[in-house]
Amino acid sequence: MKIAIASGKGGTGKTTLAVNLALVVPEAVALLDCDVEEPNCHIFLAPTVDRSEAIGVMVPVVDPDRCLACGSCSHFCQYHAIAGLDTGPLIFPELCHSCGGCVRVCPTGAMSETTREIGLVEEGWAGPVRVIQGRLRITEASSPPLIRAVKKRAPADGMTLIDCPPGTSCPVIAALRGVDFAILVTEPTPFGLHDLRLAVGTVRTLNIAFGVVVNRAQAGNRSIHEYCEAERIPILLEVPDSRQVAEAYSKGLSVLDALPGLRGDLDRLYREIKIRVGPETGSEPRECPAPRQKRSPDQPAGRDSQSQS
Amino acid sequence: MQQLAVISGKGGTGKTSVVACFAALAGEKVLVDCDVDAADLHLVLSPTILETHEFRSGHVARIREEDCRFCGECMESCRFDAIGPVGDGFCYQVDPIACEGCRVCVEFCPAQAIDFEERTCGEWFISETSHGPMVHARLGIAAENSGKLVTTIRQAGHEIAENQGRSLLLIDGPPGIGCPVIASITGTDFVLVVAEPTLSSLHDFDRVISLTAHFRIPTAVCVNKWDLNPEITRRIEQAARSRNVSIAGRVRYDPAVTQAQVKRLSTVEYGGQAADDIRKVWERIRARTTGLVQIDSH
Repeated sequence: MKIAIASGKGGTGKTTLAVNLALVVPEAVALLDCDVEEPNCHIFLAPTVDRSEAIGVMVPVVDPDRCLACGSCSHFCQYHAIAGLDTGPLIFPELCHSCGGCVRVCPTGAMSETTREIGLVEEGWAGPVRVIQGRLRITEASSPPLIRAVKKRAPADGMTLIDCPPGTSCPVIAALRGVDFAILVTEPTPFGLHDLRLAVGTVRTLNIAFGVVVNRAQAGNRSIHEYCEAERIPILLEVPDSRQVAEAYSKGLSVLDALPGLRGDLDRLYREIKIRVGPETGSEPRECPAPRQKRSPDQPAGRDSQSQS
Repeated sequence: MQQLAVISGKGGTGKTSVVACFAALAGEKVLVDCDVDAADLHLVLSPTILETHEFRSGHVARIREEDCRFCGECMESCRFDAIGPVGDGFCYQVDPIACEGCRVCVEFCPAQAIDFEERTCGEWFISETSHGPMVHARLGIAAENSGKLVTTIRQAGHEIAENQGRSLLLIDGPPGIGCPVIASITGTDFVLVVAEPTLSSLHDFDRVISLTAHFRIPTAVCVNKWDLNPEITRRIEQAARSRNVSIAGRVRYDPAVTQAQVKRLSTVEYGGQAADDIRKVWERIRARTTGLVQIDSH
């Protein structure tokens, strides 16, 4: 089962929830840090990294001896990653989406592909938790290929928790695709409520079953509750606003010790999500239309049911 | 004209609250909310929308069911896993969310059964607020090209500032270090990083100042809620000094910041100790940016 922890707004407590949920789950668990621009799970879990792999994307290169400077490649490219000059194509690799179109339209076979490194995927154990994190190279603009690479390394069985980046655009979509359930973390502030609406729109568009966790909950503040009641969204858990939690977090310590009831709450949260997702877990959330079955070229065999690149 | 961008690396450190204060404190400026994914500045500044523009960017492939011969060429060609069989298996379908608009399937479909439609990715607005003109946007759900939308609204803000003779473009940036952040800070004169005294923020601060250093943009930091952990505040400031990032000040933890948000006011209009701190931060930033004008113009 794959559970994503997401939020529209940053800083609502995604990482805190993901890390501590990983610590209470009573089965084999992998924690995927898909906030590859600013990965933070490692700060709280300090995994011993035993595997580190550079992740590359395919980008075109031109063989000048075979290039006729016909302009087919630059004309085809939708991303303005190739400028057609009189002397041949000038390639801007950072704009390339790796579609491979230029290679196919080149009439003389002058275009081929090479890899360009965009970041790292690191894996390691933190106690019983397998931590898999992406780390985007600084100045790199596009994180989805790296997020997909992190997700491909998720084990086929057991529980996978995915710490998502903030926002609602392509990096979040890449992190959320194919999960069985999404936990949307918010806080009872106007910004928190506004960005929760955006996050709800995103998971509904993706047809993902979801529920809300209210972090820094304050007695008497019902704004998130009123919204969730009107929208028939389950509130799965409320974590009270607490300076002890904020201080524990600031030092990179586990908040389980700062908030004594939290361990039990997280255990209940986990069991409730399992019930909501239902017994037929693995690939298809109940409310989703059946996804197509296609194995991506670099997908190891035997993982089809978990495929989500 | 000066361009000042406020970013953070880590999300939720208080960027928008700080920008709302600067909006109240700065003189002739234009505001641009470049956090197009999850724009919040309008919640404080209550803009009156004057103009709405559609944001179109890129294309999406669509297979005409009646012309599809079910050869599977499109699915094989697609690098984005966006195409698969549907229904009884007599047609393929493009998942518009996964489609990146590369045109490969359109080009190589033997039946020429794939249309290539322009994609609407969101809307952007020119508004008036009590603190001056503001340009903001709403990226469509699950839409792409947030970087391009950021560039679009920055250009619009720039034009307004030029036309109205306003001397500052004040940019509320997104979290992270990826494409919308790069689009928000390239070509700006000054970046303020709002950090918080947590190990996560310290880690993210290090990455985000590497980004501003790469683009050679003068950068300052202010630690928000600094008194939650004075020790990590010092570490952030130490890291700043060693990396040539100036220190714009500290802002105390103050519940008035959230109370102001609820009342749809900037913290400086609402009042409180954090408000005093933010005023001092603004004075320092103004001194720095005015200094830049002198250096540039001699």
